[in-house]
Amino acid sequence: MGEQSPVLEMTGIRKVFPGVVALDGVDFRMFPGEVHALMGENGAGKSTLIKTLTGVYEIDGGEIKLGGVPVRISGPLQAQQAGVSTVYQEVNLCTNLSVAENIFIGREPRRFGKIQWGRMRRRAAELLARLDLDLDVSAPLSSYSLAIQQMVAIARAIDVEARVLILDEPTSSLDASEVEQLFRVMRQLKESGVAILFVSHFLDQIYEVSDRLTVLRNGQLISEHRVEELSQVQLVEKMIGKELAALEDLEDKAQRNRERAAEAKPILEARGLGRTGAIAPYDLTIHEGEVVGLAGLLGSGRTELARLLFGADKADHGELAVAGKPVNLRNPQVAMRQGIAFSSENRRTEGIIGDLTVRENIILALQAARGWTRPIPRKKQDEIVDKYIKALQIRPADPERPVRNLSGGNQQKVLLARWLITEPRLLIIDEPTRGIDVGAKAEIQKLVAELSDGGMAVLFVSAELEEVLRLSHKIAVLRDRRLVEELENTAGVDADRIMQTIASGATS
Amino acid sequence: MTTVDMTPVTDKGTPTNPRRRVYRPNAKYIPIIATLSLLAIMYSSGVANYENFGDPSVFVNLFRDNAVLLVVAVGMTFVILTGGIDLSVGAVISLTTVLTATLLKGGWPPLVVLPAVLILGALIGAGQGAVIHFFKVEPFIATLAGLFLARGTALTINQQSIPIRDDMWKAISEYRIVLAEGVVTKPIAIVAMLAVLIAAVTLAWTRFGRNVYAIGGNADSALLMGLPVGRTKIAVYTLSGFCAALGGVLFSINSTSGWALQGNGLELDAIAACVIGGVLLTGGSGYVWGTLLGVLVTGLIQTIINFQGDLNSAWTRIIVGVLLFAFIVLQRLVTRKAR
Repeated sequence: MGEQSPVLEMTGIRKVFPGVVALDGVDFRMFPGEVHALMGENGAGKSTLIKTLTGVYEIDGGEIKLGGVPVRISGPLQAQQAGVSTVYQEVNLCTNLSVAENIFIGREPRRFGKIQWGRMRRRAAELLARLDLDLDVSAPLSSYSLAIQQMVAIARAIDVEARVLILDEPTSSLDASEVEQLFRVMRQLKESGVAILFVSHFLDQIYEVSDRLTVLRNGQLISEHRVEELSQVQLVEKMIGKELAALEDLEDKAQRNRERAAEAKPILEARGLGRTGAIAPYDLTIHEGEVVGLAGLLGSGRTELARLLFGADKADHGELAVAGKPVNLRNPQVAMRQGIAFSSENRRTEGIIGDLTVRENIILALQAARGWTRPIPRKKQDEIVDKYIKALQIRPADPERPVRNLSGGNQQKVLLARWLITEPRLLIIDEPTRGIDVGAKAEIQKLVAELSDGGMAVLFVSAELEEVLRLSHKIAVLRDRRLVEELENTAGVDADRIMQTIASGATS
Repeated sequence: MTTVDMTPVTDKGTPTNPRRRVYRPNAKYIPIIATLSLLAIMYSSGVANYENFGDPSVFVNLFRDNAVLLVVAVGMTFVILTGGIDLSVGAVISLTTVLTATLLKGGWPPLVVLPAVLILGALIGAGQGAVIHFFKVEPFIATLAGLFLARGTALTINQQSIPIRDDMWKAISEYRIVLAEGVVTKPIAIVAMLAVLIAAVTLAWTRFGRNVYAIGGNADSALLMGLPVGRTKIAVYTLSGFCAALGGVLFSINSTSGWALQGNGLELDAIAACVIGGVLLTGGSGYVWGTLLGVLVTGLIQTIINFQGDLNSAWTRIIVGVLLFAFIVLQRLVTRKAR
């Protein structure tokens, strides 16, 4: 590659959303003919950075230079014209149109204003042939698999004479051979001088195809490396970072309870439970009063594993027993009747209903469990809600305030309260502490510990290792949609040990 | 780290299920084939059961009698293809007829009135399109408001039927085109067929036409592909408004009068014709030829009922209702298979 000048140079990029600094002076550069991986956990600012480059967001500060010339990218079309093409994770094409049209729409070859279909189809076939694809270009795109659709999206992107090609998690829904095909195309493009920005949560893929990588964390640039200079463990460390644990003696508590938990009755036993494309079959047992932590990078299958246990997705193999009895969790209602509660990771979209009041949000699940024909009397509602507002210290302590006016941490508590009043035997909490401040985090962690002391089993899903280590009796480690290791949280287990497993997948 | 197997995979490009390639391209024609068969069956049963039904003029008259509906349905096809709906077209027709009649009565030259009302219709459409695009208003609501505005304006101008005595209007109204021995048609039928032809060419061969399909398929994707989504949306409503005004002009020529209650409910007939013709209400799929077939089907039902003689014309509505239902279910089945 030599010491070329970068094709793309972003310096001091700053992007602020109301209340959040999403990007704080990030520098990023790409050279022609390289595959550059952008790394970082959820919320690190990866997608924000990409969106400033594709014109979805406008930057609040900093400078973008393409080929040495400062540019202002104000929309997707401008980005394309400047030579930045993007292939998104969910393929953004029109499946009702033909393959050829999807490649050329907006740039169809024309004569006297009339589209030349024959020429368009020929050129599409040629272009696809360069990617080693032989498709019927007049067939609708919907007749091809997602992997092929992805390739068509790439064909479209490179025909625009892209200097920079952004592939945002292109592999997340592809199988191994499809990924291999994609990589072949990527290497070809690289050789022709295109700079490829590659985002993936699969570390092996990053190491297989990338030349250079940039790590972001909390909206800040951490470092830029050539791939061979950085081991996978070092990379994971940089991505996750060491959180300053200014928390109380929760860890001791976890230690103290461990013996008891091991003797307790199993609440939930999964044997070979799995769902094709989401999570490989796994075994997992959760006992009364036990906190099981799920650790792994984003996209490693944490949420997918949890969703099977709540019937939110249906397992396609394996079996599940609750309190010793085999059950078939067809849907979440069945799971709720078994005493399983699930507090979702997307509290905005799947959990909290912003326009309803705190009281209404808390009552929701209990009411659903009773059925709509038996409304909970208002007086009873008020009693329950007051109790939980106090117990969880929801602030402001006003049951009639619309939930959207509460902070993220308090919304999370409302969501927890909703499930707690149903008195579940197993509480599954997915990312309860994401995006909330340190104080609220500590309170929620304390609450989890108290619930477990009270005999409730908790499956705790979190991206933050420190948190998982602090709370869990047992830790299940996921990697690439597979449960790779289950370890007792004994004194010898620390963040490094788990990172090792996440990075290497080795079971020792 | 894993080593990479570099063996080239040769036939990865073919769809996983080889049957798909044969089957899929036909799927989008199924609704239109169904409508065509229905039309053929209806026509032949009409010929078999009624005397004189086979006379070519019966079929040719379908175009004359449904010229207004056809023109309006052509505009509606564009709107529905983008995934929208235009409820204002019937009201725009009434406004156009009233305005035309009033202006001609007031002594305006017909060659000024004609472009004026057509431009007005296009402007009403453009206004609705702009509201839908810029304020992200549901097309249903925006065009419902347009319906009330246009209908109300028409009623304000005149509540009575206004006769048109303009020479040009009367001349066109009385003009006959001889297609063959004993088969004649009116200019309005020719205008309607021209509209169909132009629309078909536009949809199949121009960027604008393909953008319409892309937006109906997935508007977000269309935007990310750099297509002019806003401009195209506004354009289809403008086109629909123009077609409605043209329909109004045809109406005023046919009846040599203008009346504020003219075209009441015609928007629903137009939507029904599109659906029966296989235009998907969610957008992105369908042909203007299908719309033509849909209009002919509804027209043929009316003709059969006229021939039957002892049936109330309300039966047209009932049969159209049944057909609509059947075609919606058919569409659902086809799209589900296509997934």
